[in-house]
Amino acid sequence: MQLIEMDGVGIKRQGRWLIQNVTLSVKAGEIVTLIGPNGAGKSTTAKTALGVLKADAGKIKRKPNLKVGYVPQKLAVDWTMPLTVGRLMSLTAKPSKTEIDKVLEKTGISHLIDANVQQLSGGEYQRALLARAILRTPDLLVLDEPVQGVDYSGEIGLYNLILQIREELNCGILLISHDLHVVMAQTDTVVCLNGHVCCSGAPEHVAASDAYKQLFGDAASQSLAIYHHHHDHSHKADGTIVPSKGDSGDCCNHG
Amino acid sequence: MDDFILRAMLAGIGLALVSGPLGCFVVWRRMAYFGDTMSHSALLGVALAFLLNINLMVGVLGVTVTVSLCLLILQKRGSLSTDALLGLLSHSALALGMVLFAFMSSVRFDLLSLLFGDILAVGNEDVFAIYACAAVILGLMYFLWRPLLASTVNRELAEAEGFNPDLTQLVFMVMMAAIIAIAMKIVGVLLITALLIIPAATARWFARTPEQMAVASSIIGVASVILGLEGSLQFDSASGPSIVVASLCLFLLSLFASRLINRVLGKERGQ
Repeated sequence: MQLIEMDGVGIKRQGRWLIQNVTLSVKAGEIVTLIGPNGAGKSTTAKTALGVLKADAGKIKRKPNLKVGYVPQKLAVDWTMPLTVGRLMSLTAKPSKTEIDKVLEKTGISHLIDANVQQLSGGEYQRALLARAILRTPDLLVLDEPVQGVDYSGEIGLYNLILQIREELNCGILLISHDLHVVMAQTDTVVCLNGHVCCSGAPEHVAASDAYKQLFGDAASQSLAIYHHHHDHSHKADGTIVPSKGDSGDCCNHG
Repeated sequence: MDDFILRAMLAGIGLALVSGPLGCFVVWRRMAYFGDTMSHSALLGVALAFLLNINLMVGVLGVTVTVSLCLLILQKRGSLSTDALLGLLSHSALALGMVLFAFMSSVRFDLLSLLFGDILAVGNEDVFAIYACAAVILGLMYFLWRPLLASTVNRELAEAEGFNPDLTQLVFMVMMAAIIAIAMKIVGVLLITALLIIPAATARWFARTPEQMAVASSIIGVASVILGLEGSLQFDSASGPSIVVASLCLFLLSLFASRLINRVLGKERGQ
């Protein structure tokens, strides 16, 4: 069962396409990761999938009554609002005390239940946000850079937690990440974005593509390059896709 | 106690009960200047009410709601920054109101009492209107508390998880307009925002959750109204400024108190 299907979706602001012709889908139990340089439209794509931004082109199909948990890229709680971790848990839902205790234990921040969210460290805060999102037992979890501001060992812990959540809830996860090594190791599908979908598919397939190498450098793909393929089109300066000679595939080359 | 003082007290307490939680949202959403804009435009509402011979509160409510809708539309078009838009709307509405007053030479009105409040102007029907309004606003806030708070923390998160932040914001603006309409006679259009912000800021020192802050803000607001009106009688000062000065005193007092509490707690922890 597809939780969400985006087909040729575009978002236009002030005469400029922020994203164009984005096609992706997320199944239950699947981790789909969006990668791409800054300004590639990763967050825009995630927000469009959530329905926060209305698509100007293309079609979006969501499973009826899709329950969503969202960890936004930026969630700065103004210091004027007193908010404890415990209170943050019931921001959009009405969980019971035991449910809150359980989720905080799972995310390893039980001791912080009475702490102010403004005083948490980067890693603690991201765990709190993740706890809040999974407390809703979502069908689809959208995580926009969930390990930002977290040190390396904390990162590994968080990604393991995300995998564990996927196992337990069997939810689909749309993940935005910069950690290519983790993405490649723990993701089912990678969507490489740069205004449009440059390349998508299994991690080893994407890592081997020219588009990926161009965006992230040869070194990033070398350890994971399993096979190589050619690109079937290039781009004009305005982003229009021009078919070029060669075999067909779902990747493209920037020329 | 004289009748008019009793009425003013009752009216002020009703007002403070609502301005507590509403003021918290003004502080959290950083909408102080927005509140100013709406309350300044209330003067235009008064002028129009005289001109069209309609109820004062209805006139004020109509104009403040219109101004906030104008702001929403102009914001969406995105040609000017929000603070420039607020300045434009605030002062244009104020100026328009004053010019309209000049045209109505037949109507006698006391500008100072409009700007700074006048407890003598509070009639029985005003007290009734304030409590009716307060009941409706508090009821709405109770039912909309979760979506309001969620969209205050993060609009996109609230929308993604099933709320409607646009609708919530609209309801919030209408509530603001309503409180301005009922607060005008007691604190005056120039000082309404102070009654929203200062008690909320004071409550921040003591609250651990948003709900505690809202309740504490109401209590501090009620105390400010009682102290302020007493002071207004004592020193024969305008009611609005007296209430605001009282709330300022409470704010400063709580500032020192919370410093002291923190220092004592710090010593206990051996810091």
